Amino acid sequence: MFANFDFDVILRSLPYLFYQGMTFTVLLTVLATLGGIVIGTLLALMRLSRFAFLTVPAAAYVNLMRSVPFVLMIFWFYFLVPYIGQWITLSPRPLQVGAFTSCVVTFTLFEAAFFCEIMRAGIQSIPRGQLAAAQALGMTYPTTMGYVILPQAFRNMVPVLLTQTIVLFQDTSLVYVISVTDFLGAASKVAQRDGRLVEMYLFAACVYFVISLTASRAVQHLQRRIAIIR
Amino acid sequence: MNYHWNWPIFWELSPDGVHTYFQTLMLGTAWTLATAGCAWIIALAFGSLVGVLRTTPMTWAVRLGNIYVELFRNIPLLVQMFLWYFVLPEVVPRAFGTWLKQLPDASFYTAVVALGLYMSARIAEQVRAGILSLPRGQRLAGLALGLTLPQTYLYVLLPMTYRIIMPPLTSEFLNTIKNSAVALTIGLMELTARARAMQEFSFQVFEAFTAATIIYIVINIFVTFGMRLIERRVAMPGYLGFKAPAAGH
Repeated sequence: MFANFDFDVILRSLPYLFYQGMTFTVLLTVLATLGGIVIGTLLALMRLSRFAFLTVPAAAYVNLMRSVPFVLMIFWFYFLVPYIGQWITLSPRPLQVGAFTSCVVTFTLFEAAFFCEIMRAGIQSIPRGQLAAAQALGMTYPTTMGYVILPQAFRNMVPVLLTQTIVLFQDTSLVYVISVTDFLGAASKVAQRDGRLVEMYLFAACVYFVISLTASRAVQHLQRRIAIIR
Repeated sequence: MNYHWNWPIFWELSPDGVHTYFQTLMLGTAWTLATAGCAWIIALAFGSLVGVLRTTPMTWAVRLGNIYVELFRNIPLLVQMFLWYFVLPEVVPRAFGTWLKQLPDASFYTAVVALGLYMSARIAEQVRAGILSLPRGQRLAGLALGLTLPQTYLYVLLPMTYRIIMPPLTSEFLNTIKNSAVALTIGLMELTARARAMQEFSFQVFEAFTAATIIYIVINIFVTFGMRLIERRVAMPGYLGFKAPAAGH
């Protein structure tokens, strides 16, 4: 089975795979997570507000994102981002956007829907008394949220947020559909150039497996460390 | 925005010369549903088996189940699709590999297997959590009545478990439908792939993707509604989710 297994092709392409591919994958994961958490938290606050003009659009956005395949959304944004850019910058032509920017926008906006649901659960897990106490102290809404509710909600949800980030890390491989060179894209390019599909795809699977498993173990460990004993 | 809208495009003939664009999207929907449906059967079967294994008193079975779940959960679905589609035919004996490659609709079968096993790891987690949420007494009572361990699972624990985990199973089923779109990378012409093809041939990007999006939303609504009906039918009396049926005559 492994008689003509060519380990050399993996060794030869290691710099390309990691400098080009993995850098892209990790950078995309980190940026999309940070952006997603910020926008997701805002969406969660919108969904939990008293005003229908805030809750309805936020809920519609989140439900839309959650009922459509990620691949379809990647295509959507790939074609939509130039027009959004044109609309924002008021330029006469659709904006030329690089593949990386397009991916970051796509993943941020898509993951925001999922982070929104996590943050919403986090905020709802805070005892009502906290809100009442903050208001009794005369805090305004931004102060209450910024200093009382969100820090606690965030802390409670750190393990879930990190787990979602691991899912996101795996999902970045889907940028393959718009021919972007992430880790899998790089592996696939080498595989097709050298006709070494077996070696490259098995290696890619191993790398994803090791990183995801290590990360999820670390999250479990963290979860035990930071768990609040009530 | 200088985009040229053309909504009647759906009724125009697609490049295959037989179907309109609308019909090609419908064909894609059928493939999506077929793939998700078949994958769901595999996922449910393997997921239940592995989930049960992980709650048995046998250490080796628990360990085996854990390895299975970690393996399928920590490799991206796209990579798993590639492994089944490109790698498997190369590493099995040559005759079998050739047969695999020449199979008609190979991408469909590959997608079903890959998606089914990928989802089975998630379902195993749900089944395990469901079984562990049952009171310990249920298992003990089953064993005390003289049922064997498999019988206890089959007649006591699992009927309860499935009812409890209905809501997460619904969202896993929706995930299966959504994840079937990944199969376009191995050439399955399901809904997203058809929308993409339509965009490539007609240049009507936004019409094509809008149509696909709406179809996915409609599928979602139907599935959610159907699952809720089933949920209500099988709800356990005495649990919070149970609404008593109207009193009979």
